[in-house]
Amino acid sequence: MKIEKLVMMANAIAAFFEAEPDREIAIDGVSSHLRRFWDPRMRRQLVESVDAGQCEGLNALVRAALSERREQIWPSATASG
Amino acid sequence: MYSIHENDPGTPIRISTKRVVVTVDGTTVNVPEGTSVMRAASLAGVNVPKLCATDQLEAFGSCRLCLVEIEGRRGYPASCTTLVEPGMKIRTQSPELAKLRRGVMELYISDHPLDCLTCAANGNCELQEMAGKVGLREVRYGYDGENHLNADKDTSNPYFSFDPSKCIVCSRCVRACEETQGTFALTVLGRGFDSKVAPGTTSFLESECVSCGACVQACPTATLMEKSLEDGGQPDHVVATTCAYCGVGCSFRAEMKGSEVVRMVPDKQGGANHGHSCVKGRFAWGYATHPDRITTPMIRASIDDPWREVSWDEAFAHTASELRRIQSKYGDGAIGAITSSRCTNEETYLVQKLVRAVFRNNNVDTCARVCHSPTGYGLKATLGESAGTQNFDSVDHADVMIVIGANPTDAHPVFASRMKKRLREGAQLIVVDPRRIDLVRQPHIQAAYHLQLRPGTNVAVINALAHVVVNEGLLNEPFVRARCEGEAFEKWRAFIAGEENSPETLEAVTGVPAAHVRAAARLYAKAGNGAIYYGLGVTEHSQGSTMVIGIANLAMACGHIGRPGVGVNPLRGQNNVQGSCDMGSFPHELPGYRHVSDPAVRALFEREWGVRVQPEPGLRIPNMFDAALDDSFKGLYVQGEDIAQSDPDTENVLAALRSMECVIVQDLFITETAKYAHVFLPGASFLEKDGTFTNAERRINRVRKVKPPLAGLADWEVTARLAAAMGVPMPYTHPSEIMDEIARLTPTFTGVSYEKLDRLGSIQWPCNDQAPEGTPVMHMQQFVRGKGKFAVTRYVPTTERANREFPLLLTTGRILTQYNVGAQTRRTANMIWHDEDVLEIHPHDAEQRGIREGERVEIRSRIGATVMRALLTERVQPGVVYTTFHHPESGANVVTTENSDWATNCPEYKVTAVQVRKSDSRSQWQREFDAVAVEQAGLLPRHGSDTAE
Repeated sequence: MKIEKLVMMANAIAAFFEAEPDREIAIDGVSSHLRRFWDPRMRRQLVESVDAGQCEGLNALVRAALSERREQIWPSATASG
Repeated sequence: MYSIHENDPGTPIRISTKRVVVTVDGTTVNVPEGTSVMRAASLAGVNVPKLCATDQLEAFGSCRLCLVEIEGRRGYPASCTTLVEPGMKIRTQSPELAKLRRGVMELYISDHPLDCLTCAANGNCELQEMAGKVGLREVRYGYDGENHLNADKDTSNPYFSFDPSKCIVCSRCVRACEETQGTFALTVLGRGFDSKVAPGTTSFLESECVSCGACVQACPTATLMEKSLEDGGQPDHVVATTCAYCGVGCSFRAEMKGSEVVRMVPDKQGGANHGHSCVKGRFAWGYATHPDRITTPMIRASIDDPWREVSWDEAFAHTASELRRIQSKYGDGAIGAITSSRCTNEETYLVQKLVRAVFRNNNVDTCARVCHSPTGYGLKATLGESAGTQNFDSVDHADVMIVIGANPTDAHPVFASRMKKRLREGAQLIVVDPRRIDLVRQPHIQAAYHLQLRPGTNVAVINALAHVVVNEGLLNEPFVRARCEGEAFEKWRAFIAGEENSPETLEAVTGVPAAHVRAAARLYAKAGNGAIYYGLGVTEHSQGSTMVIGIANLAMACGHIGRPGVGVNPLRGQNNVQGSCDMGSFPHELPGYRHVSDPAVRALFEREWGVRVQPEPGLRIPNMFDAALDDSFKGLYVQGEDIAQSDPDTENVLAALRSMECVIVQDLFITETAKYAHVFLPGASFLEKDGTFTNAERRINRVRKVKPPLAGLADWEVTARLAAAMGVPMPYTHPSEIMDEIARLTPTFTGVSYEKLDRLGSIQWPCNDQAPEGTPVMHMQQFVRGKGKFAVTRYVPTTERANREFPLLLTTGRILTQYNVGAQTRRTANMIWHDEDVLEIHPHDAEQRGIREGERVEIRSRIGATVMRALLTERVQPGVVYTTFHHPESGANVVTTENSDWATNCPEYKVTAVQVRKSDSRSQWQREFDAVAVEQAGLLPRHGSDTAE
């Protein structure tokens, strides 16, 4: 899938949760949404693209979620399975 | 004429806790206070002769045929307009009454054609029946006097004729148009002998008539008569079923002659429609036997090859083989399916079961993705259930209605008539819509406020309304304290009270005067009962889910939820949008809106199905397209949807379809999607189905087969046979067994069965041990999630903005006479009203561009361009243009973009920045469309239809 589109979608999710004043809750919101609604191949591509430094324009809240809730968004079990 | 074999007690039912006991011809009867003598007599088993009275209309008292004698009273009162009083003793038969009735009837018949044997109403004519009942034997006046027998017949309407020579001026048609439909198209012209019913001073077709059929149904003679009945003769039996058009879910009586439908008559017992209908359900069912129907399975290796007709067995073997080949080559996740909101619950359930139990993934989605998926998300998050809160009857108790992004008179016409009736009774209306919809101003209806916002600013408006509620002390604090989560509420209150959400601050964004927003907020908040109704103008935005949450926030803040007359009411577009969502059509949810990641829920289904259910969400429809273009998704089974026409960014959809190796379309016709398919499995129309639909008020209605499937198999059988061909038998023998399985697995459906549906007529879920006969109004004592949850709804402007290159905003919608992609209604006489999609443009914008009425214009967005004719109208505001998407060659979705709702990927159909200019020719895309249409028509079997869409 086009990574630009995944970034656009992830940023839109972040735009909703950015209104949450508690940063931890906001990060949970983003990571939970990605986990509950995105097909694994989409999550994998986003994670791998961030790891490869290819996600230009990705919202800071999404980056925080991918960094601080990585196991929730892309569990090792899923990655290996 | 009302449906055959239907009882008509003559006046409407009355509800009262007070009872009145009367005697009718010696029989004692106990009826609610306010009941008419006529109705009481009917309940006592005595049918008083009548002509102007019917239980669908308020009593009128004009025909003088229903006279009775009441002990202790002088004269002969009309039984329809006389109400029962305690101890009344009523006589319906006496020599004097018989003489009076014969005299009345004699006058009617003296000016009525005596052609009963050749009249279309012969056998079901109230005038004929009453003449017989009163014992009319002669007409002493003769037939040579002045009369109306040579009046011209009006056959302009495609579905019914108007023969004034047979009219008795009982006014039932005029009253039906006023009371039931609320259009006021008919009137009685002239006085005395010159009185005549007329659609104004023009023909029916040219008049304001909306062809709902209420007048035809109400007519007691052959004056207003269905042409299908004129052609086919009287029916011999009736099958009760459910309309397959919009989300109102009207009940109908299919009047049949053998296996041929003679006419469809709305069912007075229908819980959603109470005997009313619209032009689509009432008349536009001819597509079911249109010659374009494909009734033999077909396969081909490539979309450039001719179709080859095959047996069902070969079709299933080929399809199964292809799907397994793709999985073997690309992985289990390389195939998926799209369920249809036009199909039954049972069919939809089976398709998602096929995906989860046979395809071994969760790549199933439904067309609700592109309409009401934000409703599912937003209402689940705030209230705890992905469904509207009320029944339709609730509107009878509403004092103030807010209609947001919906156009009920066009898209949900039968419910719109209920709304209009309540508005005529004095309820007040607030419309939030960029376009001046008909509800804003109609005969005897005037919206108190029309908040004509700029497209894409819904959330700003809902926030501004809530801001007024919070800052002007209009909160229902006792309700919020008792029923909602405190911490979440306080967080929301702090947010919404901020100056950034004030109507004055947001006026520059929304274009709505702050004073109007404040006044509207006060009106809703202070209402005894405030109800919100909304449609796709709420959901089909980049903030669709946020807006649904905002609506729920507002309703909770004002305490307008949890009782009749209030609530949050999504008006569903298609007939089974609610049901298709209920049945687990989303890639992240099993039936009953339970997430696939929940191991306890998966275990339930795994035990029932004997397979492992995947714990990760699958692909949504737009994700499927992206994955197809990325070569990780190669096979798609599409049941009853036309994604190539209905989904946004058509070029992208077609590219995705072209990239797949096996596209299977199950449908009635060669749809736009079928032109890109490798397997065509002929579908069954709603007249050929057994099953259930669930409407916008969660009402489960039975769909009953009135004729055998033209292709030999019902849709559920096709899915089951495909599953078996892939190695997983689904040995159902009837759809009732599928519903039994749904009930075993779904807590909100536990109490649902065909036996109970047949007994009760319909059931509104949840239906279980706590609510054995269903739940008309939800969240009465507490919310489904326990406490209602407020959520912060910050307004985030869409990235799709008008600019110098694309200075106008395009928004799309529906028209009354066409339905969705038009595959059904375009194959009916409804084409007489809307044979092409047009672009509505404000005269100011048109003048700036030198565009005149009816000229061809190009609509260009950053995605693509199409050409259609211009309609100059002040219905749209300057800077906004509007069109419909009922005709594929219009290419409305060639222009709409890939933008979508942040939470659900529901497309942002309602906001596309465009430029409009005069054009002499069709667009490049339209020329390509024409070429594909010709090419694909040439690939169909010669003896089959030669008319591809």
